[in-house]
Amino acid sequence: MFELSDYGDYVTAWCPGCGNHSILKSVKDALFKLQLPPYRVLFVSGIGQAAKAPHYLNANVFNGLHGRSLPVATGAKLSNPNLTVIVESGDGCHYGEGGNHFLAAIRRNVDITIIVHNNQVYGLTKGQASPTSSPGFVTKAQPQGVFNEPFNPVQIAVAMKAGFVARGFSGNEEHLSELIQQGIHHKGLALIDVLQPCVSFNKVNTFGWYKQRCYMLPENYDPTDRNQAMLVADEWGDRIPLGVIYRNDRPAFEQHFPFLESGPAAIRSVDMRALKEIVKSYS
Amino acid sequence: MPNTEANVLIGGEAGQGLVTLSQILTRAIVRQGYYIMVTQSYHSRIRGGHNTYALRISTSPITAPKENVDILVALNKETVQLHSGELSAGGIIVLDEALEIKNESYVSVPFKSLSADKYWNAAAVGVVTEILGLEMTGVEKVAREFFSKHSPEHVDANMESFAAGLDWMKKNDLKFAKLASAELKEPRIMVNGNEAIALGALSIGMKSCFFYPMTPATSISMTICEHAQGMGVVAEQAEDEISAINMAIGASFCGSPSLVPTSGGGFALMAEGLSLAGMTETPVVIVLAQRPGPSTGLPTRTEQGDLEFALHAGHGEFPRAIFAPGSVEECFWLTRKAFETADEFKIPVILMTDQYLADCYNSVKPFAIDQLKTIDVCVPEPIEQPHLTYKITDSGISPRLLPGFSNSCVVAHSSDELVVADSDEHTENGHLTEDLSIRAKMVEKRNRKFTGLKSVVLNPESVGPDAPDLLLVSWGSTKGSVHEVCDNLSNSGVKAAYLHFSQIWPINSDVVSKILNKAKEVVCVESNSTGQFAKLLRRETGFHIEKTILRYDGAPITPQHIMNRLELGTKDV
Ligand SMILES: Cc1ncc(C[n+]2csc(CCOP(=O)(O)OP(=O)(O)O)c2C)c(N)n1
Ligand code: SF4
Ligand SMILES: [Mg+2]
Repeated sequence: MFELSDYGDYVTAWCPGCGNHSILKSVKDALFKLQLPPYRVLFVSGIGQAAKAPHYLNANVFNGLHGRSLPVATGAKLSNPNLTVIVESGDGCHYGEGGNHFLAAIRRNVDITIIVHNNQVYGLTKGQASPTSSPGFVTKAQPQGVFNEPFNPVQIAVAMKAGFVARGFSGNEEHLSELIQQGIHHKGLALIDVLQPCVSFNKVNTFGWYKQRCYMLPENYDPTDRNQAMLVADEWGDRIPLGVIYRNDRPAFEQHFPFLESGPAAIRSVDMRALKEIVKSYS
Repeated sequence: MPNTEANVLIGGEAGQGLVTLSQILTRAIVRQGYYIMVTQSYHSRIRGGHNTYALRISTSPITAPKENVDILVALNKETVQLHSGELSAGGIIVLDEALEIKNESYVSVPFKSLSADKYWNAAAVGVVTEILGLEMTGVEKVAREFFSKHSPEHVDANMESFAAGLDWMKKNDLKFAKLASAELKEPRIMVNGNEAIALGALSIGMKSCFFYPMTPATSISMTICEHAQGMGVVAEQAEDEISAINMAIGASFCGSPSLVPTSGGGFALMAEGLSLAGMTETPVVIVLAQRPGPSTGLPTRTEQGDLEFALHAGHGEFPRAIFAPGSVEECFWLTRKAFETADEFKIPVILMTDQYLADCYNSVKPFAIDQLKTIDVCVPEPIEQPHLTYKITDSGISPRLLPGFSNSCVVAHSSDELVVADSDEHTENGHLTEDLSIRAKMVEKRNRKFTGLKSVVLNPESVGPDAPDLLLVSWGSTKGSVHEVCDNLSNSGVKAAYLHFSQIWPINSDVVSKILNKAKEVVCVESNSTGQFAKLLRRETGFHIEKTILRYDGAPITPQHIMNRLELGTKDV
């Protein structure tokens, strides 16, 4: 039996009032509710404010490069499928610098859970636009406001038939914890995009702004209906849906490697007899 | 008198069956006990273009390609035009009668009357088999195996064409001496540099290979993919090279010895990942199969132009090792060595080859798989609790634990067994820090690995008289050519020696400068235009090698190329 405190309690380097604090709480709560041993969980993150999150809990951690958390997580999971692999980083990390990996990871469908702290801004580098920033969002880098159409991660994921697509809000910790638990349970890639106010650099999409617009998808909403999910995923602006938007039961990537059932790479011995035959085939 | 050597050049357009013809002949020749050396040259396209397959055959061991051609098999007119000038005295050209080019030394084969168009190359195998005087049933067996595998519905038709080609040649008189028969002392296999790397990686216990296709590295990954499921290896085509190296680092962090084969452009994309491996102290092996740059360059040709890049790629300071195999066999052994070094020191290791070596087929002794050790990633001793991923030690190497495991790869059962790795500067427990005194200690810890690396360096191969009149210095794939040149010079009375590097970083400067200083004249031989290795040696030893023999037209350095430059006084291409 693990206590909530077994998942750690650390002083963070985040601003007071930042949505990251709540996301961290929900993550720990989810691990606790699932009673996952900290030493069988691996967190992989990139670089940014969000990416520091794994340093503030007890688990195995690989804190890699900006934008590159998904490839590291993919390699890790395929090397040791017994680990619960959770990827945590910002919107810039996942949708900007790591955009190609995001698309490839959805297609590949390795059994990992992605939690994106989406504050619609680059926090760590002090407030430039991110791929999800709203048009017109003024920053020092975009003094005339953002011109680009924002990236809609949720709708892209539904379009690409990701196995589990959800949106949470740091202002609703309990709901977020539930989404994370479901995401971890899901066999295959799970995307949880989390709306996170950045009190220092995003004065537009504030806590109040999100609070006013977010609504829960109703009980009777059917996340397996992809056409409906595309419409729901398109909603943004006055009303922003929260919950599991889409899911399916595509087989996880690992299932294509039958030998993974015999355990992690570290304990799989090398079949020298098979290799001898391979060498012979070159005669 | 039978020939003890023959150099066969087969040329034609891609898609003309050049590979079929060449592979059958080469395999049969290897099985009959001859030594071979194959150099391939091709255009970067799937159909058309001018491609050649040069097959040097000998009854005794050979190490380098040859330029003069004894038998030119021309599948088209262009081959005759481009290569008839390379014919040796008494050399012959085998071609299709329909090409209508006549000359006394040409063997014009009436392919149309011998076989249907489609089976033309099988007939050509028959013709060459007879010219070389190969043991017919042996070639027949290889041809049958080949066609059964590659075009099962046409085996009989192909075999008939083979017989027709052979019979036609038998009936036609030819003044070309047959090959002396070879003595098959032990069975040998036919592999190229890339296949040897793949086999070496499989033999040491590589468990994952991530790649993005790029010539000339691609066939390493393709060979691994072919055997991956059977060998329990995850082989995955990544979305780009940045992903490939990061996947490899993630996999290695969790206990998979990992390989990432690429060429210069892909390696450039991996630079940040290389630095990540250095910072997180994660073992990873990168194969950098070079081709001429800059940029896309000449995708299917050869060069050694990335040495300085490999030495310096990746921001920040961290230890690395670089190996550069000098032969197909070394591709196998040094791949193993690269994995062992990466694992022991927990660093990135680069294995540098080039297109010439990647595609170069050799007949080698089958690797003694039974006697080989594999890497064991499980720490046997009980770990210190709590585990410190970056524990500061005298050697700079910290005891390694895999996430999810206790020692001896037992499943973890305590939060004292957490593994934390960070690309930020970190404390011993892996968490990020901005404490500058810890920073300095961590820099020193990482640097201390370099001392250990230096103590196990593969010293260069120094062959020849102790104080030579001429010392040839080389690295990587040029070894065979330099070796042959030294043999030839020694036979003609020159006091020549060579110093060849198969590990190019780190370098043991004391050992090297002693050897350099004893020679009357030193010449560095490299496939690049600026003498990068000579510069590295100067930096490391203070010894200035003034004379270089360089080649940068995309073709490999042959013994003849070196001899020509030596006689000219060392002027470049
Ligand atoms: C290759 C590279 N480019 C740029 C940076 C600088 N950088 C660090 S974090 C960051 C953006 C962070 O934004 P996001 O991922 O949204 O995280 P947040 O700080 O908002 O949580 C950038 C550009 C870097 N570390 N590495
Ligand atoms: S800058 Fe923004 S994202 Fe970063 S800690 Fe402060 S509020 Fe949070
Ligand atoms: Mg952000």
